[in-house]
Amino acid sequence: MQQIAKTIRPKVADGTPLDRAEALSLLTEADLLTVGKLADGIRRRMHPEGRVTFVVDRNVNYTNVCRSQCRFCAFYRDADAEDAYLLDQEEILEKIAELVEHGGTQLLMQGGLHPELKIDWFERLFRRTKERFPQVQVHSLSPAEVIHVASLSGLSMPECLARLQAAGLDSVPGGGAEVLVDEVRAEISPNKIGWRQWAAVMEEAHGLGMRTTATMMFGSKERPEDIVEHLFRIREIQQRTGGFTAFIPWTYQPGNTELGGETASGVEYLKVLAVSRLVLDNVDNIQASWVTQGAGMAQVALFFGANDLGGTMLEENVVAAAGCSFRMSQEEVVELARGAGFVPAKRNTLYEILEEY
Amino acid sequence: MLNLFENIHSKIENGARVSDAEALELFASDDLLAVGELAALANAKKNGDRVFFNVNRHINYTNICVNRCTFCAFSKGVEDEGCYTLALNDILRKAAEAGAAGATEIHMVGGLHPELPFDFYLEMLAAIKADNPALHLKAFTAVEIDYFASLTGQSAAEVVAELKAAGLDSMPGGGAEIFAPRVREKICPEKISGERWLEVTEAVHRSSLKTNATMLFGHLEEYEDRVDHLSKLRELQDRTGGFQAFIPLAFQPDNTRVPGAKGVGGVDALKTLAISRIYLDNFRHVKAYWVMLGLKVAQVALAFGVNDFDGTVVEEKIGHDAGADSPQALSREQLCTLIRKAGRTPVERDTLYNELRVY
Repeated sequence: MQQIAKTIRPKVADGTPLDRAEALSLLTEADLLTVGKLADGIRRRMHPEGRVTFVVDRNVNYTNVCRSQCRFCAFYRDADAEDAYLLDQEEILEKIAELVEHGGTQLLMQGGLHPELKIDWFERLFRRTKERFPQVQVHSLSPAEVIHVASLSGLSMPECLARLQAAGLDSVPGGGAEVLVDEVRAEISPNKIGWRQWAAVMEEAHGLGMRTTATMMFGSKERPEDIVEHLFRIREIQQRTGGFTAFIPWTYQPGNTELGGETASGVEYLKVLAVSRLVLDNVDNIQASWVTQGAGMAQVALFFGANDLGGTMLEENVVAAAGCSFRMSQEEVVELARGAGFVPAKRNTLYEILEEY
Repeated sequence: MLNLFENIHSKIENGARVSDAEALELFASDDLLAVGELAALANAKKNGDRVFFNVNRHINYTNICVNRCTFCAFSKGVEDEGCYTLALNDILRKAAEAGAAGATEIHMVGGLHPELPFDFYLEMLAAIKADNPALHLKAFTAVEIDYFASLTGQSAAEVVAELKAAGLDSMPGGGAEIFAPRVREKICPEKISGERWLEVTEAVHRSSLKTNATMLFGHLEEYEDRVDHLSKLRELQDRTGGFQAFIPLAFQPDNTRVPGAKGVGGVDALKTLAISRIYLDNFRHVKAYWVMLGLKVAQVALAFGVNDFDGTVVEEKIGHDAGADSPQALSREQLCTLIRKAGRTPVERDTLYNELRVY
């Protein structure tokens, strides 16, 4: 254990990237504070101004009808289920109006792979959104949705993305990455796109000048090796494109899911977070997930590599469906960052600072 | 700052004491992980990589209380909706269930009931003990002992002697809150003073019963008040050696009446546990009470100097009435898994910290 620290510490100190074996040994052998201190060192170096950022946003889930039916998901419904829904565009615009009233800047719109929603529906929605709310950043549609909309509309993925962008899509959220290893995906999300397709959408978006985030959902069926592979795949895409703004690891929530089982423990979460910070030295921001961890752990996460608290989420449905329903107001987010000794700052989707508190 | 951490590091290595001023500086520091490392070192020297838990059950026999502490969401008046007092039969049933489920300890505390006579408590202990001679009865806070003394006109020592004869084996350490009178006045004006809590606890230790010690933090107190609290406990422990574990309790604000109190952030919780471990060199154990901290933070606390993960609990009312979002109960397997996933060795203990089984 001391050995790991001895060989890795100097590499971290002079900015030499870690290799997969080193990342794996940190994840599986090093103790929590050792990994934490290394990650905290990088976070301090990359964010010397001591800010902790957040964005005021709203999750709008336009439909819960989904063909993918992932085994880890508690949100999806069949089209004929009693509580299946599809929001009409007026309702969605109303929700965005509320977001704007609350000083929000980011619309995080994601939904199921609906069997009937083609690209014209989204183009119309994005155009109307931009017309009424030009100041709102449309950070919407994860790669699985983009590919689904493309195939439903008889378009190639690049054509689809370009049309969505032309209609108003500003950036792409990194959801649906789960674990970017197809053996794991076969077990937890057999009908969802494979990791190469996820990566292809991200690279295409980056090529079109859109920034995106990347996520990882861990704590289900993956091995530590898979987590490491995921991180290096993100790192390699980022080396090619530089398009990721942030990495967001969060934990599988087993409530009401077919997959069941337990969620990752607090120690496991912090270790993965810290190793993410260490491996992804080419991604500027690492988000703490208060939605899955709660406020107490999110604050602690700021010492294990995280420098961002994600969104205030005026509305959140997907994690809540799995029985995990932490809520935070903007004041609480500010207080959380300040209470840990940081300068809280509101940012936009592109991580430009809007206001310090 | 570097000097502070280096000085304390060498103090821990050499078994020297951390001063009040140093403890205050640690509280003021934003370097959570550096504080954690010191605490982990202090704990490793005492306890290695073992983490204790026990199989226990909480029984809160009544929530009716003549003290109406503003931080408490559990207490009710005799006339209030939702007030209750368990009948002896119910108490015996809960204890028997616990015994059958492999519990080694019953943890019993309750409100200061205006009408129950002292005999009720003696009979309760005796009846549980008669049914379950192997169960360790850890019951009553110093606040209750003082109340029984005033009910009966006896001294605390006399009350404890009677309770001990009826079956009391040790005491849990609640009611300490924060000793500082300025804060106590606001959060528990009717409760006994900190001085009296220490005096009663000393009497309990002199009756050769072990107790724990608690500190309720994250309401209106300042860091100085926390250090003052720790210092009074360290002093008493020097005299009696009667404390087993120190248990910092993170204030839960829901349904309480402390104006302006917001509860405890994860960072403050971990820092407080860690500084307690560093400062209380004469306490063997520091406990993360998962009911109040939440499972995730409590587990992480094992890297911040904590060596006791409390127990299975089974039915918890006091923290949950105040909005704690932890589960009601944990199984032995869940406790072992959490401890193991923190890279430590789970050890089931009895109340007096005898090792029952290493997992």
